[in-house]
Amino acid sequence: MKPARFAYDAPPTLAAALALLAEHRDDAKVVAGGQSLAPMLNMRLVQPARLIDINGLPELASVTRDGDRLVVGALMRHADLARDPIVAAQCPMLACAAGTIGHYAIRQRGTLGGSLAHADPAAQLPLVALALDAEIEVASAAGRRRIPARDFFVSILATALAPDELIVAVRFPVRGPREGWSFRLFSRRAGDFALAAVAASLALSADGALAALRLAAGGLGPVPLRVDQLSGLATGVPMSRERAAAAARAVGAAAEIEENERVPADYRRELLAALAQDALDEALERAR
Amino acid sequence: MSESVPIVLRVNGEEHRLLVEPRRLLSDVLREDCGLTGTHVGCEHGVCGACTVLFDGRPARSCLLYAVQAQGHEVTTIEAVAAEGRLSAVQQALHEAHGLQCGFCTPGIVITMEAWLAENPNPSEAEIREALSGNLCRCTGYHNIVAAIAKAAARRAGSAA
Ligand SMILES: Cc1cc2nc3c(=O)[nH]c(=O)nc-3n(C[C@H](O)[C@H](O)[C@H](O)COP(=O)(O)OP(=O)(O)OC[C@H]3O[C@@H](n4cnc5c(N)ncnc54)[C@H](O)[C@@H]3O)c2cc1C
Ligand code: FES
Ligand code: FES
Repeated sequence: MKPARFAYDAPPTLAAALALLAEHRDDAKVVAGGQSLAPMLNMRLVQPARLIDINGLPELASVTRDGDRLVVGALMRHADLARDPIVAAQCPMLACAAGTIGHYAIRQRGTLGGSLAHADPAAQLPLVALALDAEIEVASAAGRRRIPARDFFVSILATALAPDELIVAVRFPVRGPREGWSFRLFSRRAGDFALAAVAASLALSADGALAALRLAAGGLGPVPLRVDQLSGLATGVPMSRERAAAAARAVGAAAEIEENERVPADYRRELLAALAQDALDEALERAR
Repeated sequence: MSESVPIVLRVNGEEHRLLVEPRRLLSDVLREDCGLTGTHVGCEHGVCGACTVLFDGRPARSCLLYAVQAQGHEVTTIEAVAAEGRLSAVQQALHEAHGLQCGFCTPGIVITMEAWLAENPNPSEAEIREALSGNLCRCTGYHNIVAAIAKAAARRAGSAA
């Protein structure tokens, strides 16, 4: 349980960090909170020649507003997302989901950028990013680009990040008027990774009709999935609890769920339908 | 490429000048180089909570930090908690409620729950159980630990008022 040898750098600026990444690429690993990477290093599941520690870059730990976007720095810790009043008011799903990750001590270190880059199929923050159509802002020595969450998660622990790229921030849409949200997960013990999780965001028009819907589920396969299309819900139609219940059943029936010896797909299918029902009910309640 | 590097580690207000390989876990350096064996080591992958210390005042697994990362930061271990010879609220309550048997999990629980109670001064039993999910105890069955944390919360609230 001791890591293989590595060299260690703690660059003082973002430019220095990007230069190191450009030089070492696949030979180096970025370390943020270390809550996923350090276990893998200690178990020698990964053996990078070099660690590039980004904890000394405070410019990655801010939350700012850019028009209708909340720009959340990659180094924001789960615990800070959970208690930040601006995040709670403007992107409440993110605050709520961050507060459910692992345990209290884990949340003090783990970061938003680390969670997205690690891309565990059952992780909370990748699901929230996908559900809200967030954009992941990444930088390399060559420049910056924004990757839509839909294109970011490629497979288990695999993302669209190039080896010389760093996540600097994530751009979440700010909660709008008459917009309700919900984040629901199920795990057997507090702090375990979720067996299934659902994130829902819906907006109503003034007359109570559905104006917009975003629905996503995690823990079902290699990457989180958008399931709005499976729900049968159409915009312009009045929303009701009955419609929400039918939509949850439809999602449960149609979602693609990977077979898994530990947690049978049929069991997760029922979990998904129940979580979707609770999430849609709660989002509807909050939108009214 | 990865020889030992000189570091200055601030632990419990004291500076330690050390030569460490970057791959050395903070937990090992605290125990082996600083002689602070109150920080226990169980799983070395973040699950058991026995190695929890304060890193700049916030609970952190010392097995998921490398000692080189602690330069310029303040580490606080269990040795500093009752430094004046008076037990902390959680320590005193664990003692009274028989919240430990072998004591292996205890330092991590004290460090974590003192910080958690400062942020959650009025917890329900369910909240206490959830907060304790990050600290494994193989002896007690948790019952008396939960009771001790509730007692410590009540006492902290009383002394704050
Ligand atoms: C006991 C325990 C329980 C946990 N439970 C949960 C849980 O229930 N749900 C959950 O989602 N997570 C859980 N986690 C993991 C935790 O959320 C991690 O914080 C998160 O997965 C990774 O964030 P980090 O900042 O610690 O990243 P690190 O561990 O530092 O890095 C993880 C990966 O991301 C890369 N990386 C980090 N930051 C960046 C960046 N800015 N740009 C590019 N690449 C980057 C690293 O190179 C590495 O490959 C748990 C961890 C532990 C130890
Ligand atoms: S030894 Fe660090 S959490 Fe178990
Ligand atoms: S008292 Fe023995 S592990 Fe908790």
